[in-house]
Amino acid sequence: MTDWDPSKPILEIENLSISFFTRAREIPAVMDFSCTVMPGESMGLVGESGCGKSTVALAVMRDLGKNGRIVSGSIRFKGRDLTHMTEEELRHIRGSEIAMIYQEPMASLNPAMRVGDQLAEVPMIHQGMNRADALKLARQIIADVRLPDPDRILRAYPHQLSGGQQQRIVIAMALMAKPALLILDEPTTALDVTVEAGIVDLVKDLGTKYGTSMLFISHNLGLILDVCDRLCVMYSGEAVETGNVIEVFDKMRHPYTQALFRSIPLPGADKNSSPLIAIPGNFPLPHERPKGCNFGPRCDYFRDGLCNAGDIPMAPVPDHDRHATRCLRWKDIDWDAPPKVGKVTEKLPRGRLVLKMEDLKKYYAVSAGAFGGGAEKVVKANESLSFEAHENETLAIVGESGCGKSTFAKVLMGLETATSGSIMLFDENVQDTPIQARNTDTVSKLQMVFQNPFDTLNPSMTVGRQIIRALEIFQKGTSDADRSDMMLNLLDMVKLPRAFAERMPRQLSGGQKQRVGIARAFAGGAKVVVADEPVSALDVSVQAAVTDLLMDIQRENHTTLLFISHDLSIVRYLSDRVMVMYLGHVVELGTTDQVFAPPYHPYTEALLSAVPIADTRVKKRRIVLEGDIPSAMNPPPGCPFQTRCRWKPKVPGNLCDTVLPPVQVLAGGHQIKCHLSREELAGMEPVISIAAD
Amino acid sequence: MLPFLLRRVGVMILTALTLSFVVFSLTNLAPNLEKLARTEGSVRMSDEAVDSWIINNGHGGLMITRYGQWLGVVPGWTRTDDKGVTRGRCIQGAVTAEDAPRFCGILQGDWGTSTVFREPVAKTVTDKLASTGWLMLWVMLVMVPVSLIIGVMSGMREGSRTDRVLSTFAIATTATPEYVSGVILVVIFASATTGISPILAEWGWISGRTLFLGTATSAIDQITFWNFALPVMTIALYGIGYIARMTRASMTEVMTQQYIRTARLKGVAFHQVIVKHALRNALIAPFTVIMLQFPWLLNGVVIVETLFNYKGFGWTLVQAAGNNDIQLLLACSVVAVFVVLVTQLISDVGYVFLNPRIRLS
Repeated sequence: MTDWDPSKPILEIENLSISFFTRAREIPAVMDFSCTVMPGESMGLVGESGCGKSTVALAVMRDLGKNGRIVSGSIRFKGRDLTHMTEEELRHIRGSEIAMIYQEPMASLNPAMRVGDQLAEVPMIHQGMNRADALKLARQIIADVRLPDPDRILRAYPHQLSGGQQQRIVIAMALMAKPALLILDEPTTALDVTVEAGIVDLVKDLGTKYGTSMLFISHNLGLILDVCDRLCVMYSGEAVETGNVIEVFDKMRHPYTQALFRSIPLPGADKNSSPLIAIPGNFPLPHERPKGCNFGPRCDYFRDGLCNAGDIPMAPVPDHDRHATRCLRWKDIDWDAPPKVGKVTEKLPRGRLVLKMEDLKKYYAVSAGAFGGGAEKVVKANESLSFEAHENETLAIVGESGCGKSTFAKVLMGLETATSGSIMLFDENVQDTPIQARNTDTVSKLQMVFQNPFDTLNPSMTVGRQIIRALEIFQKGTSDADRSDMMLNLLDMVKLPRAFAERMPRQLSGGQKQRVGIARAFAGGAKVVVADEPVSALDVSVQAAVTDLLMDIQRENHTTLLFISHDLSIVRYLSDRVMVMYLGHVVELGTTDQVFAPPYHPYTEALLSAVPIADTRVKKRRIVLEGDIPSAMNPPPGCPFQTRCRWKPKVPGNLCDTVLPPVQVLAGGHQIKCHLSREELAGMEPVISIAAD
Repeated sequence: MLPFLLRRVGVMILTALTLSFVVFSLTNLAPNLEKLARTEGSVRMSDEAVDSWIINNGHGGLMITRYGQWLGVVPGWTRTDDKGVTRGRCIQGAVTAEDAPRFCGILQGDWGTSTVFREPVAKTVTDKLASTGWLMLWVMLVMVPVSLIIGVMSGMREGSRTDRVLSTFAIATTATPEYVSGVILVVIFASATTGISPILAEWGWISGRTLFLGTATSAIDQITFWNFALPVMTIALYGIGYIARMTRASMTEVMTQQYIRTARLKGVAFHQVIVKHALRNALIAPFTVIMLQFPWLLNGVVIVETLFNYKGFGWTLVQAAGNNDIQLLLACSVVAVFVVLVTQLISDVGYVFLNPRIRLS
C-alpha cells in the first residue's frame, strides 16, 4: 500500500473475462474488459440491463457468488492484483479502501440494526476504533451527507427513514473509512428525480472533498454526463467505446453509442417531426451472441464478411483523449451525417371531449399502531382534481412517488370509488361505479397498460390465449375462430410475429411482454387508455420502440392516452398536454410547451432542473430541493409545496403557510396553482437552455 | 397495546368457554353417563336403576344447565330423597345441606372430585402439571439451543456439506414419531441385553446395568440425568428436527438478502456477519414456531409419559380418559386450552418486539 505512486492509476482492469457456471454450460458475462481509473477521477459504466456492468463492479469487490468466476485478466487496485488475493486480504480492502453504494437503499440496510451501529461498525472493524469514537465519527459523517438531526438518525432503524435518507446513510457508510475508490451501482435508480438530484450533488461534492475515485454504474446517460469525467459504454458483455465524457457524447465513434443517443428523447425530439429512432432487434442473450461484433445484427453499418469474421479488438481513436472503440469500420463511417429521418407524421387535430373530471377527491382512512387500533388518520391521496381530455390527445400526468397519480388511475379505472367530485367518461358518470358494476362496453373502452410487464401477464397461459381471454371478456367476436383471427391481427398491430401466439410469457423479452400488454389493452377497441409508466421498466433502446408503437396505435384508433410518468424527457417528447401533480394537488396544467417553458410552477421548475439530460449543449440552472416530500397523511397547511419552495419569500405575508393557493389561469389556458403574482411568474427564467452550436 | 391485550384475553375466554362446552357435552353424552352409572353404582343395575342413578346424581336435565353448574353460574343441584336426606352438587364431605353454598363450579374454585384418584381434581391437576412442567422445561432447555444451532449452521452456507449432513439429521428426527424414537432409544440405551449398555458395562464404564433408566417413574421424586435423559431426548429429538428446518429456511433466506452483501462488502468477517447481521433477522420466524411448540409439547407428553411411565399431565389425561373420569378430563382440557392460548399471546407480543419494523412508533 505504501509503495503505491499516486500518479499511477488507482484501478486498472486488464482484459477481464468473467463467466458464470451453471450445470448446463458456461455463460460468459464479461469478455475482454479493460478500463483505468486515475486518482480523483470518476469513471462511468453505461449500458442496458444484462450488459455486464454490475458484474464488473462485483468482480472488483471479488463478490461474484458461488457460480461466478474470473476466467482471465487482472484487476489491479493501487498496483496490487485483486484477483489473487485471499479472503482475509480482501476483507481488509472491502469497506476500507473500496466501498460500494447500492441500488436499493432499503434492502441494503440491515432492518434489525440501528443506523448508528451499522455505521460505527466500519471504523470499528478497520481501524479498531472504540464504539464511542466510532459513533462520534458516524455523527459527523451523517452531518456531512446533509441529513438533519444526526442524533435522531443514529438511533433510528432504517425503516423509519425515507428512501432518500436511506441512500444518504448508505453513502455515509461507504465514506466512514474514507475509501480511495467508491463503486456506485445505479445509486439513484430507485429514487425520485428531485431526490436523485440531491444525491448526485452530494456524491459529486464528496468526491471533490475527499478526492475519492469513483466507478459510477448507470443506464442513464444524463446522469453520467452530470457526474463523470470519463465513461465506458458496454454492450452484451464487452466494452464497445471508452473515452472522455464530452468526446464520447459529441464525437462518438461506435455505432451502438450513436444508436443509443438517437433512441433517447433529448430536447428537440418531437413525436411528429423528428421521431426517435429505435434500435432494431433485440439484445442477444449471453449464450446466443453472434460471431464477431455483438452489435452486428442490429447495426446499420454492418458489412458481411468483415464484422462477423472474428473477434474485434479495441482500436484507439487518434487525437482524442484515451478514446477507443470496438468497431472495425469507424474510419469509414461518416459520423456527422444526419440520421435518416423516420416517417414524419401530421399532428392529429384535437377531437371531441371524452373525459372530464371535476373536483375529484379521494381520501383513505388508515389506522396507525402495530396492534391495530390507534387513532384513525386520513390520507388525502387526491385533492380537487379537475381536467378534461379529448380524443387524439396525449395527456401526461407527471409527479414523484406519493403525488397521487396512481390513486387517480385507480379511481378512473373503477378499482376505487371517488370520495367526492365527478368523472364524466363519454356521456356517463362513473365516479361511483366500481369496475364490477360497469358494463362491458365501458370497461373495454377504458383500459390500462401497466408499469411492470413482468408481473402483469399470467405466467402459465400462452400469449395468444391471454389476448383471446381479453376478447372473450370484452364480448368481441362471435366464434372461437373469429376471436383467434382478431388475436392474430392484434399481434400484427403491436408488431409481434404471429408465431408468438403459442409462446409463454417467460419466453419473451421485457419489450415484447409490454407489446402483449398493449395488445391486450386494445383488444376491446379501447378509446381511453391509461398508461401507467409503460416504459420505465424497459431498457432505453426498447423504450423508443414501445413508445412509437403506442403513438402509432393512438393515431390509428384516435385514442385518448393518459400517460402517467415521472420521466420528463419522454413526457416532453410524446405528450400534447401535461398535468403536474404534487401531494394530491394538480399544481400546473397546460400544453407541453407551456409547462416546459416559463412561467413555471415552482415545483415544475425544480422538477425540470432535476432531470439529467444527456446532451452536452444543454445548460441547466441547478435548483436542488431541500428535504423530502411531506407525508400525505400529514400534509403542510396552506400550499402543499411551501415546505420546499424557493420562491416562498417572494409572496407577501404568510399566505403560503395558511391559504391554499387559487388556480391562476394564464394566457392560453395555462393553469398554475400558486400565490406568486403574475409579474413574478412572468419574470421567471428558463431552467434549460440549449447553447447554440 | 392495552386494548390489544384486552381484546386478545376476551377472545381467549370465549375460546375456552366454547371448547370446554364441547368437551363437556361429549363427556356427558347419554351412553357415557350410563357407563358412569354402572361403574359408580353397580355393573348389574337394571336400566331403570341406571336412569334413576343418573337423575339422583345430578346428571339429568338440560346439558346447558349442567354445564352452567359445572361452570358455577347456575346454582348446584340439590335433591332430597324419600328418607329426607338432602344431597347435592355442593354438599360434600363435612358440608351439610344447610350451610352449603348455592354455587359450586370452577368459578368458585371447585373443580369436582376425581373418580380415579379419589381426591379433588384441582389438586391432581396442579400436582401433575408441575411434574410435566419439569419435563417441558428440560425439553425446552435441550431442544431450543440445539435446534437453533443446527438450523443456523446449516442455513449459513446453503448446499454445503455441513448443511446436507445436518439437514438429513433434522429430517430424520422430525420424521420419526415419539413412540418409535422412544422405543429405539430404550433399546439402545436402557436395555441390559441389547444396545450399548451391556458393552459399556463389560468395559466397566458404567456401574449399573444400563446407561439410562428405561422408566421415569422415580423422576417424580427426584430428577436425575440417569432417569430423565431418555424421556427428554425422545420429545426433544422430534422438535429439534422441526425447529431446525424452520430456522434453516429462515437463515438461508436472510443470507441472500442485500444487507448481508452490504455487511460482507463492508469487510465484516464471516462469523461476525452471521452473529451481528443475520441472526436476529433469521430468528424472527423460528420464534413463532418455538412458541407453537408448547401446545404441541403438551400433546407430545401424552405418549412419552405413558411410554416412560412418568406420572405427569399426559399420563393423567390418559388415565382420566381410560377410566371415564369426567371431572378430571374436563379440567385437563381447560388447562390445555389455556396453555395453547397463552403461548399464542406471548408469541404475538414477542414477535412485535423482535421485529422493529412493526414496533409501535
